[in-house]
Amino acid sequence: MIAELGLAALWMAAALAALQLVSGVLAARSDNLEIAATVRPAAVMQGVLCAFSFAMLVWLFARTDLSVKLVAANSHSLKPMIYKLAGSWGNHEGSMLLWVTVMGAAGGLIALLERRLPERTMQATLATQGFVALGFYAFLLFSSNPFERLPMPAVEGNGLNPLLQDIGLAFHPPTLYLGYVGLSVAFSFAVGALVTRAVTPDFARAMRPWVLGAWIFLTVGITAGSYWAYYELGWGGWWFWDPVENASLMPWLAATALLHSVSVLAARDALRAWTIMLGVVAFSMSMVGTFLVRSGILTSVHAFAVDPERGTFILVLLAIYIGGALAVFGLRAGTISEGERFALVSREGALVVNNVLLSAILGVVLLGTLYPLLTEAFGVRVSVGPPYFDPVGALFVVPMLLVMAAGPFLRWRRDRVGRVQKPLILAGVVAIAAFVAAIASGIGVLPILGLALGAGLAVASVLPLRGRNLRRLPLATWGMVIAHLGIALSLLGMASDSAYSLEKLAAVAVGDVTGVGPWQIQLAAVEPVSGPNWTALEANLLASYRGGEPITLAPQARSFWQPVQETTESALATRWNGQLYAVLGKAAEGGRWQVRLWWKPFVTLIWLGGMMIALGGLLALLGRLRDDLRRRTVQRKAAERRADRAELTA
Amino acid sequence: MTAAERRLAPKHQRLALVVGALVVLIFAAVLATWALRSQASLFYVPSQIVKDPPAAGHAVRLGGMVETGSLVTREDGVTIDFVVGDGTARVPVRYSGIVPDLFVEGSGVVAEGRMQANGTFFADTLLAKHDENYVPRELEDMTAAQKKAMVAETTR
Repeated sequence: MIAELGLAALWMAAALAALQLVSGVLAARSDNLEIAATVRPAAVMQGVLCAFSFAMLVWLFARTDLSVKLVAANSHSLKPMIYKLAGSWGNHEGSMLLWVTVMGAAGGLIALLERRLPERTMQATLATQGFVALGFYAFLLFSSNPFERLPMPAVEGNGLNPLLQDIGLAFHPPTLYLGYVGLSVAFSFAVGALVTRAVTPDFARAMRPWVLGAWIFLTVGITAGSYWAYYELGWGGWWFWDPVENASLMPWLAATALLHSVSVLAARDALRAWTIMLGVVAFSMSMVGTFLVRSGILTSVHAFAVDPERGTFILVLLAIYIGGALAVFGLRAGTISEGERFALVSREGALVVNNVLLSAILGVVLLGTLYPLLTEAFGVRVSVGPPYFDPVGALFVVPMLLVMAAGPFLRWRRDRVGRVQKPLILAGVVAIAAFVAAIASGIGVLPILGLALGAGLAVASVLPLRGRNLRRLPLATWGMVIAHLGIALSLLGMASDSAYSLEKLAAVAVGDVTGVGPWQIQLAAVEPVSGPNWTALEANLLASYRGGEPITLAPQARSFWQPVQETTESALATRWNGQLYAVLGKAAEGGRWQVRLWWKPFVTLIWLGGMMIALGGLLALLGRLRDDLRRRTVQRKAAERRADRAELTA
Repeated sequence: MTAAERRLAPKHQRLALVVGALVVLIFAAVLATWALRSQASLFYVPSQIVKDPPAAGHAVRLGGMVETGSLVTREDGVTIDFVVGDGTARVPVRYSGIVPDLFVEGSGVVAEGRMQANGTFFADTLLAKHDENYVPRELEDMTAAQKKAMVAETTR
């Protein structure tokens, strides 16, 4: 019954999305107020129904209803409750339903809250949103129905991939999806503004919170995903240039560019066509990412091998939306009048350069991700990894960081390099000092650059605060400073980890002592332990830093029994200056155990930086929302005063 | 900002922006394509690597079946030697580290690493079949029956 309710709600939501599209188009083309009045309520109801449908699916998973195919395939009655719930989106159909649910909710929110834009632009925006949602509804209803029943209820479920049974990973896909969908909203705004020829600062202000929100979620998702890969996969790496990782990085790069160009449009009424274009590109990247992960074209830990029908479906959707948007853009780009002008040496100029470089990095990642797929079509199998991504990416990242350090000091419209020399010279001195120190320690080229630029950028990021009244500084400025500082910290962490990590691989007997870097590590015991749906061998390691008080580490080799799989659970000891990372391997001859240890100085800065970037985005978002509220209040009061005056004169 | 720049008509400024952006993007694309051709690590099966070995020290991937009875653990307890075969050729592989859980004799493996001058393959990483949800892409069709077909397909 619950499954049927969910499916019915999904069909109704799809019907409402169709209504939203049709009436939105009709309303935008005519002045029929009755038709126009249906668009917003349709969007709200669509969101509500879709959310209801998703809630039904979660409920089915919570109850482990084994008569539903999806539950039987991805869950198990003995799983911990949190993973039963997470199981509802930890698979293809469920994650697609989550996607469209978030999208419906976003559309409903715009319909309820957005009052700034011309009503026509709003209709066109909601119609676009309905159009995009409709494609995903069709996908769910015709090719991946999450509520499909089995002819006979299964006796027991298949369980969930143990690698995915981790609290961080349970919330990783929803976070990324919120980001992807936020970009779909930005896309709808861009198309709406393009169709109704209303590319204005007001449009940029309406779009900005959605871009910011999407970007915050993507940042958090990528950071968390990287940390998950780091401790769960047990290889000590935090970024593998895996296509699945790139699938989330590419929308982030596009969203970062979009975020900055939207700010130029909102503040200075320049970069109109460029912003629209980026809005289309950012959503395209979300779709490309979805296609790569969901089509099974890449087989990796996260991508569930599925039939090609789905991949084709997503590809067709991609072609329709992006092709359509680009066609509209091509037809209308000429009618977008020129925005305000600016000199190359100005805040806008720096942002344009940053945008172009981000787009170049995006291109490098995209080509590297698609290349293996292309060659495979010609029968040659290759894999593309760090040897390509690191140097080629760095070639564009380095100039981008330099512009990033200088940009915030520049004034809008026009500036002179001479005026902003002082702080940059200071940052440069710090960078050169770090450069010299790094060279002296004898490390590779990229880590040297990373340490030098990271140090210089860290200084340059906080210098715009100098001489300002910190109490009265707008939240958005704080956001920029903190996010840029986060980039610098992440960079320092990455460079430090790749330059100074130490690794030790040994076979040790119980009681033996081994060491890595400043650590002395003794294997105290290896004992069997058991969890809710696994058993494991757990090593007991006593690790002491420079002869200090020993800390206990307990890495495990786990065996899950449903499905049967073994995983390694690494153990971490975190200090302010780095992390000790331990993995337990197999038994070796002579009663010894394989142990793998890493000492990774300042590796935690990578994720600390990532969280700071997201925090900066959050502060900027709060600041913008507060400004919007104030502006609205002021406008309302002014309108009231005008009305009063009109009454007096009458 | 020079006087010439100041005199740029609005249209020209937009044009300059578009042209500049295009130049950078095309440069990035050309560079990426060139780098990919030289940096992508090729996937080999044993018969290919024996017939036409890559330059010593160049990163490649080697995929095949771990021959039954070939796995030897060395004295240090963490270095293993084994042989990867595809029914026609055999390549000795050495690896130091913790092996993936499903790395067993008679099953498929993809080794990332470098060919040595002496014909031994030094692996940095081993990818083995984890479960039905995770198979290294190259191993998807490495069942005994399809191995030969794949060799034929990839050695033209």
